Amino acid sequence: MTLLTPFLLALIFVVPALMMTNQDKDFKKIAVVGDSDLYKDVIPDTKDADFEFLSGTTLNDLKGNFSEKGYYGVLYVSDLLVDVPNAVQLISKNQPPIGLLDHISYSLKKEIEKKKLRAYNIENLDEILKSVSASVDIQTIKIDNEGGTKKTSTGFAMALAYMSGFMMYMLVFMFGSQVMRGVIEEKTSRIVEVVISSVKPIQLMLGKIIGIALVGLTQFSIWVLLTLAIVAVVQSKVLPEGTMEQMQQLPQSFAQAESGAGAADAGKAVETQMTEFQSIFASAINQPWGLIIFTFVFYFITGYLLYASLFAAIGSAVDNETETQQFMLPVTIPIILALFVAMATMQNPESSLSFWFSLIPLTSPIVMVARIPFDVPAWQIALSMAIMLVTIVGTIWMAARIYRTGILMYGKKTSYKEIWKWLTYKG
Amino acid sequence: MSLFEAHNVTKRFATTTALDEVSISVPEKSIYGLLGPNGAGKTTLIRIINQITAPDSGTVLLNGQPIKSEDVHKIGYLPEERGLYKKMKVGEQALYLAQLKGLSRPEAMRRLKYWFRKLEITDWWGKKVEELSKGMQQKVQFATTVLHEPQLLIFDEPFTGFDPINVKQIKDEILFLRERGATIIFSTHNMGSVEELCDNITLINKAKTILEGSVDKIRHDWSANEYEIIFDGEVTPSGNAHFQVLTSAFAKGRSTVRLKSAGTGDTNDIIRSMTAAGTVISFNPVLPSMNDIFIKVVETQNSEAAKN
Repeated sequence: MTLLTPFLLALIFVVPALMMTNQDKDFKKIAVVGDSDLYKDVIPDTKDADFEFLSGTTLNDLKGNFSEKGYYGVLYVSDLLVDVPNAVQLISKNQPPIGLLDHISYSLKKEIEKKKLRAYNIENLDEILKSVSASVDIQTIKIDNEGGTKKTSTGFAMALAYMSGFMMYMLVFMFGSQVMRGVIEEKTSRIVEVVISSVKPIQLMLGKIIGIALVGLTQFSIWVLLTLAIVAVVQSKVLPEGTMEQMQQLPQSFAQAESGAGAADAGKAVETQMTEFQSIFASAINQPWGLIIFTFVFYFITGYLLYASLFAAIGSAVDNETETQQFMLPVTIPIILALFVAMATMQNPESSLSFWFSLIPLTSPIVMVARIPFDVPAWQIALSMAIMLVTIVGTIWMAARIYRTGILMYGKKTSYKEIWKWLTYKG
Repeated sequence: MSLFEAHNVTKRFATTTALDEVSISVPEKSIYGLLGPNGAGKTTLIRIINQITAPDSGTVLLNGQPIKSEDVHKIGYLPEERGLYKKMKVGEQALYLAQLKGLSRPEAMRRLKYWFRKLEITDWWGKKVEELSKGMQQKVQFATTVLHEPQLLIFDEPFTGFDPINVKQIKDEILFLRERGATIIFSTHNMGSVEELCDNITLINKAKTILEGSVDKIRHDWSANEYEIIFDGEVTPSGNAHFQVLTSAFAKGRSTVRLKSAGTGDTNDIIRSMTAAGTVISFNPVLPSMNDIFIKVVETQNSEAAKN
């Protein structure tokens, strides 16, 4: 499994890219017919499809033989379209892709709006429309240029916050429940009695927690490295050049196609992309990386210790994994809550919700890490870390007491009341 | 001299008392039987000796000194519920457990080779534990228990799951370990092996000690002054002032007669009467088995407890 996982992860990256390349080959030509030339050339071509208006041809002429003529389908646009919104038909052999349908309806919608406006007999309508549309474009670019750095930096910080928050959640939960399963295994196989006649239960528990963290991190780094390696190899050998870049630019190219941007506009768009990229790059460099890495490592270690000791205590109290349900809930809820708060934090990093949850030890590892890219006051970080450290000592002490008694208790279904009693047993 | 002593050890759990003022004293280089019905408190006492749990009150001494956490290296423990890491290789696991007991890796390796050869499990070194039969796993665990040559060995039901040949092998090993100077605490429900192996015993029932002492003495104390005589041919002796005949049976050319001595004369008086009656093949005092004593003592205590 250790070696198989990177391949599976690599698939996640590679398969969509491969699908992209296939899609490119699957270029579509669509015949457009109408009652007259009213809707001639209103649908611009896209990367994936050409729209060919055939004057004087009727739908019936093509209905039977469009695929022989090399068309993917026939689009019939009735002249009544302005008044009857559903007077459009696309005839094809296969289910057409959503993107294509969106493109057609968007283009036609624009055209109808234009036609309806024209019905008001406004003078110089075309110029007005052009100038209106042009001014919208200019406005967008302006915003990008002026507030560019700030805006994109927020975007980058959000991405960073989201990634670190989510990774924290994954790692803590994955390794934590592995600790629990390990404890259950030791308990049910009764090896625990042999081991704790040699070492103290708390030593065994902490050994388990630390050991699994080290194994987990090793495995995790192998995954990351192998996945990157596999993706790199596949990218350079299997996929045609530039596929990955194309994939990343996909949203932009759709936007371009939809707005029917001309060559000049496209040039502008590329320019915009460049400045965007530069500002993201700049903001990436400007991030307080030292602080981000330090807090991530700190909260990973402490968060893991906190949850893993709770998981160890749960594992010791039950006889098998199905019995863990009743004890898992109070541990799972804070983690999931923290994840939600972390997402809310990205919308509003200064909210009191984020503040309090970044202090509560059960949620602070995820919430605080998500807050860090948005400049958190130093005293809040210090306070949160201090609370965390105190809590960990307390939690490990408590978990060790539950663990010590729990691992030797067999066959009895454990209740919360019972666990409370274990905490008070002597030595 | 006592290697291990427990004085007035008491341990309570939430609603139950597992041990109530229990004291035992285990002489050096002897095999000490820890007996009692299920749930009597034996496992709790063993766990206290291993320092897995601490007593609420009472003292526990090893070599005359209060037991310390470093002393775990002087103790070897084979729990009743055997367990090994199932996915781990046998040799790797044995090495790990030996190192936990403070042996260096090369030393552990050397001793493991010796014990694996002795117990005939060398072939299993590279196998995973889950591939082994239960008996094989027990042998592996036995080896890891005795490997660090502890002064005090604790065996909880060491013979369950073994075939008769392996039972004999393990018995021989236990006796061999005693000869080499180990002191052994042995907990079992198999009274036959108690008679065979144990020098002294303690019987615990309902958290209390109800019987203790050397096995021989206990059996003599509990004997009802009965004797069994086997005669050649059909003989039916009659009782007199010193003894009465309980049963008399003739089969396959021999008569088996059971007598109960009145305790007034000595055994020679009885033997003289017997030789007068016929040709004596054997004359033996009838000692109660540990099994009978166990049942009698525990049932008596339980019925008294029921009355109160």
